[in-house]
Amino acid sequence: MSNELHYVDARRLLCPLPVIRAQDAVAQLKTGDKVVVTSTDPGVKADIPAWCRINGHEVIDIKEQDNEIIITLCVNHKE
Amino acid sequence: MKQKRKAVALISGGLDSMLAVKVIQEQGILVEGINFFTGFCVEGHTHAVRKKHKDKQKRNNALWVAEQLGIKLHIVDVVDEYKDILLNPVHGYGKNVNPCLDCKTFMVKKAVQWIKEHDFDFIITGEVVGQRPMSQRRETMPVVAKESGGDDLLVRPLCARQLPETLPEREGWLDRDRLYDFSGRTRKPQMALAQQFGFKDYAQPAGGCCMLTDENYAIKLQDMWHNRPSRNYELDDIIMLKMGRHFRLAPYLKLIIGREEGENRFMQGYKNQFMSIFPTSHPGALCLVDGEFKTDQEKQQALALVARYSQGKNAAQVTLTIRQSDGTEQNFTIAPMAPENINREWII
Ligand code: SF4
Repeated sequence: MSNELHYVDARRLLCPLPVIRAQDAVAQLKTGDKVVVTSTDPGVKADIPAWCRINGHEVIDIKEQDNEIIITLCVNHKE
Repeated sequence: MKQKRKAVALISGGLDSMLAVKVIQEQGILVEGINFFTGFCVEGHTHAVRKKHKDKQKRNNALWVAEQLGIKLHIVDVVDEYKDILLNPVHGYGKNVNPCLDCKTFMVKKAVQWIKEHDFDFIITGEVVGQRPMSQRRETMPVVAKESGGDDLLVRPLCARQLPETLPEREGWLDRDRLYDFSGRTRKPQMALAQQFGFKDYAQPAGGCCMLTDENYAIKLQDMWHNRPSRNYELDDIIMLKMGRHFRLAPYLKLIIGREEGENRFMQGYKNQFMSIFPTSHPGALCLVDGEFKTDQEKQQALALVARYSQGKNAAQVTLTIRQSDGTEQNFTIAPMAPENINREWII
């Protein structure tokens, strides 16, 4: 199974819109796929990991560069 | 084996919806949450942008509630659909610009659609009879149930015993005796139940999670509606109403001056949409110009005001740049406006 990498550009959006964009992307993907969400609202550092914990997905990396927050998560649709 | 029934809960992030979910979970029902993003939700924007709120945790209350309850949460972007609810509410507005009755009906209607699509059995909300002046009165609660199409699939666990029996109760999925009969504006029963469930650190918004119930916000929104040819709005418009100090110099001219670094940084993102003014001789606020200058006097007033809110406010002169949205710039040097010359009527 090839796990794909997908990108979500949530720059300039304020929370919870980056979470909604990530959520809508994840809904289209399969378990094991990875999503890289780029945002500028620091609120995502709390909100995206919280959303992942609730819904069973895994945050694999959070990094910040040039006022952007880049969060990589791994999709898990298994119960 | 008995089928496990499923309910979706409208989660606002406040205590009441949190309690409602817990009451239903205690009866063995699987609950998931749904949260609607209208564009007017308080948290997020303000907390993310303003330093003043730095001490507050930058958390999304709906996500936090879901995590405490161990339920999934679906956040739905209803910004576009919501415009019609706000602009044309059949039941009118509450104290400010809050169309609560239409809003609640809309949200329950969306939840009805959601349970059909996701094969869930019923809907729960944290409403309490008599709690809110508009949407949670004894006479209006049936209106929400009926107009939303939720009918007897809509359960309000905190006051169910004050209301007619619903389908989940009749079918024996829920035991009516283990639902509650809260009513009125008192919060005491909710606090007691929260304590019984061991809930701490919950948000206490009581209407405070929606900008439409905020008087200052309502004034700014009404000003925008009043001075534009159409009341229609974009998400950017309603976010900008939360940013900065607003001065209306003329029906066609409003200034938005950043109050602090976070807002200035956020407003920078709009420099290619709006004309902007910023000081260059001193550190200071960014100003977005919503509209146009029709006279030189208006331009001078705007420059002097922006200078007044820069760190050069006590200097004899401040140099500022006016930048057009296409990037062309022009510099001006001006004396900051004296506080007594700021016309009170400009302030929105
Ligand atoms: S307070 Fe805001 S979100 Fe809540 S019902 Fe009223 S309009 Fe809707």
